[in-house]
Amino acid sequence: MLEKVFKGSPKYYLWLGFLLTIIGIAACVYVYQLMYGLGITGLTRDSSWGFYIAQFTYLVGVAASAVMLVLPAYFHHYVKFKRVIIFGEFLAIGAVIMCMLFIVVDMGQPQRVLNVILHPTPGSVLFWDATVLSGYLILNAVIGWTTLEAEKVGMAPPKWIKYLVYLSIIWAFSIHTVTAFLYAGLPGRHFWLTAILAARFLSSAFCSGPAILLLLIMLLKKVAGFDCGKSVIKTLTLIITYAMCLNVFFFCLELFTAFYSGIPSHQHPIQYLFGFGHAEGAWIGPWMWVAAVLALVSIVLLVVPSFRENMNLLPWTLILLVIATWIDKGLGLLIGGFNPTPFEFFTVYTPTFAEVTISVGIFAVGALVVSILWKIALEVKKENRSFDLPAGE
Amino acid sequence: MNANRRYFLKVAGLSTFALTAGVGASLAKAAAVNEKVGEGSYKVSEKAVHGKRFAMVIDTRKFQTEEDMLPVIEACHKFHNVPKIDGPKEIKWIWHDKFHHAFVDDTSPLIPDEVKNRPYFLLCNHCSNPSCVRVCPTKATYLTSQNLVAIDYHRCVGCRFCMAACPYGSRSFNFTDPRQYIKPEDLNYQYPSRMRGVVEKCTFCAERLENGQMPLCVEASNGAILFGDLNDPESEVRKALAENFTIRRKPALGTDPGVYYII
Repeated sequence: MLEKVFKGSPKYYLWLGFLLTIIGIAACVYVYQLMYGLGITGLTRDSSWGFYIAQFTYLVGVAASAVMLVLPAYFHHYVKFKRVIIFGEFLAIGAVIMCMLFIVVDMGQPQRVLNVILHPTPGSVLFWDATVLSGYLILNAVIGWTTLEAEKVGMAPPKWIKYLVYLSIIWAFSIHTVTAFLYAGLPGRHFWLTAILAARFLSSAFCSGPAILLLLIMLLKKVAGFDCGKSVIKTLTLIITYAMCLNVFFFCLELFTAFYSGIPSHQHPIQYLFGFGHAEGAWIGPWMWVAAVLALVSIVLLVVPSFRENMNLLPWTLILLVIATWIDKGLGLLIGGFNPTPFEFFTVYTPTFAEVTISVGIFAVGALVVSILWKIALEVKKENRSFDLPAGE
Repeated sequence: MNANRRYFLKVAGLSTFALTAGVGASLAKAAAVNEKVGEGSYKVSEKAVHGKRFAMVIDTRKFQTEEDMLPVIEACHKFHNVPKIDGPKEIKWIWHDKFHHAFVDDTSPLIPDEVKNRPYFLLCNHCSNPSCVRVCPTKATYLTSQNLVAIDYHRCVGCRFCMAACPYGSRSFNFTDPRQYIKPEDLNYQYPSRMRGVVEKCTFCAERLENGQMPLCVEASNGAILFGDLNDPESEVRKALAENFTIRRKPALGTDPGVYYII
């Protein structure tokens, strides 16, 4: 099926060329980082993780969210999802690859990365995170490729694939839970040391991931003419609505515990995030307020049926939701975790241009992987005539 | 799919399998070698300072000003090739800070000015339940049989998980090559300098304990910093703890820090 990658319109090649150019530029910056060290980032002694790890965390959520298509299709026999599952699985592959790259670029000694396997340490959550992420990548690659191959020859996929799919559903929950445990088990980091962190991660993943997927599927209709059907959009939007409500609800639980208990250490990170930290040069405050406002607006637009079912409005709603969740998890989570420092003062971390460039490069790698995989899926669907919507949809 | 391609794919698949199997076998071999090294093939030197739970007692009353502390910091940083880097990417093994930064749980502003304004030494606490060791994915940072929290600079992958896990802010990361900040004539060849991309911190001078010497800060402190085995009731640290009221940093976190402060 790989040969389908090389058959495409000039626009398709232009898009791939564009992505490769960005990757090339970012790769040059990364080589500089390799030679000079992480000194080219805005990271500091007191704020030792930043933009890279934040993107990693956000993308684990995107990867996990494929399960929101797979679970209804396989556990509840919601067959309408089956036509688009492959896009979710392939998006997950792109997301996991980006996660791994974000971990590698964050390492001080990336050439020693195999030490994690050579000296396996079951007590370290990072060891488990590496394990479950690789497992999830393999699961999605095997399941996606096998089902697509079966679709290509017009046969039902082999029976054993069903058990792998069941495994992948549980696995999806595990990858984001383990990622939350990276943070939630650290003594002395007040913002992270909370039992609800894994639940917050999952709820934010299950709204933002499907939102990104839905936006991309809508884009697919424009650029490739693939229509997923109204009922798929409707059901997925409903899932996004519930998950986003839970996400905001869980955050409000944090607010209650911190501010009703009156314990300063629980309040300080949240106060800092929303601009009450009295730190010179802190810029995160306005961002978090924007996130809060966008989150509430997106909830209103999702909960009210006439807004939710308005197909012209929906893409904008989803974009607001993605921005809100990204600020919360892609910036706020890390900055809140490192503030206040172990010495109870506030520190300002600002990502540098180089750091952001490398990150954009990794996003381009993800976009390239997803573009190629989706292209294959679309071509297969064209070949076996499952490209067009079934009659009556 | 035609027959040729099918054949090609079969060969390609088999080759990939063979390659991964080879890697797997060598990994297993490496693991076996590691286990052997762990089985007591190292002996503690005869002349070493012995102890099961090394700890430190700092008499903070004897350090009234920052100048009093400089010789101690100098002794440590100079010997261990700790580079002087200005700004937030700094590297430090032992340093000082105000009372409310060192002991964040004591928030009362009404303590004596003399106590409030005095500087306090900060360094790795060599906890007996260290969260940094728990999170390290490669065992690059580990607990020795003498309860020293040590780092293998050659195994560290620079993920900085330990820095996020340490509730005392004791760890520094080499964001760039640290050697460029040390003048060649100041370089001490008795202790390895580090490369960029690894984490470092106070070692309680494990390399000196092995030779029967006290940590450098203890030597440079004129008796204001005591060091010894907490498990030995006759040790200097135990006597100091029995005679003075001491506090530790963030004891509620359960890490069991090994640095005690006489206030």
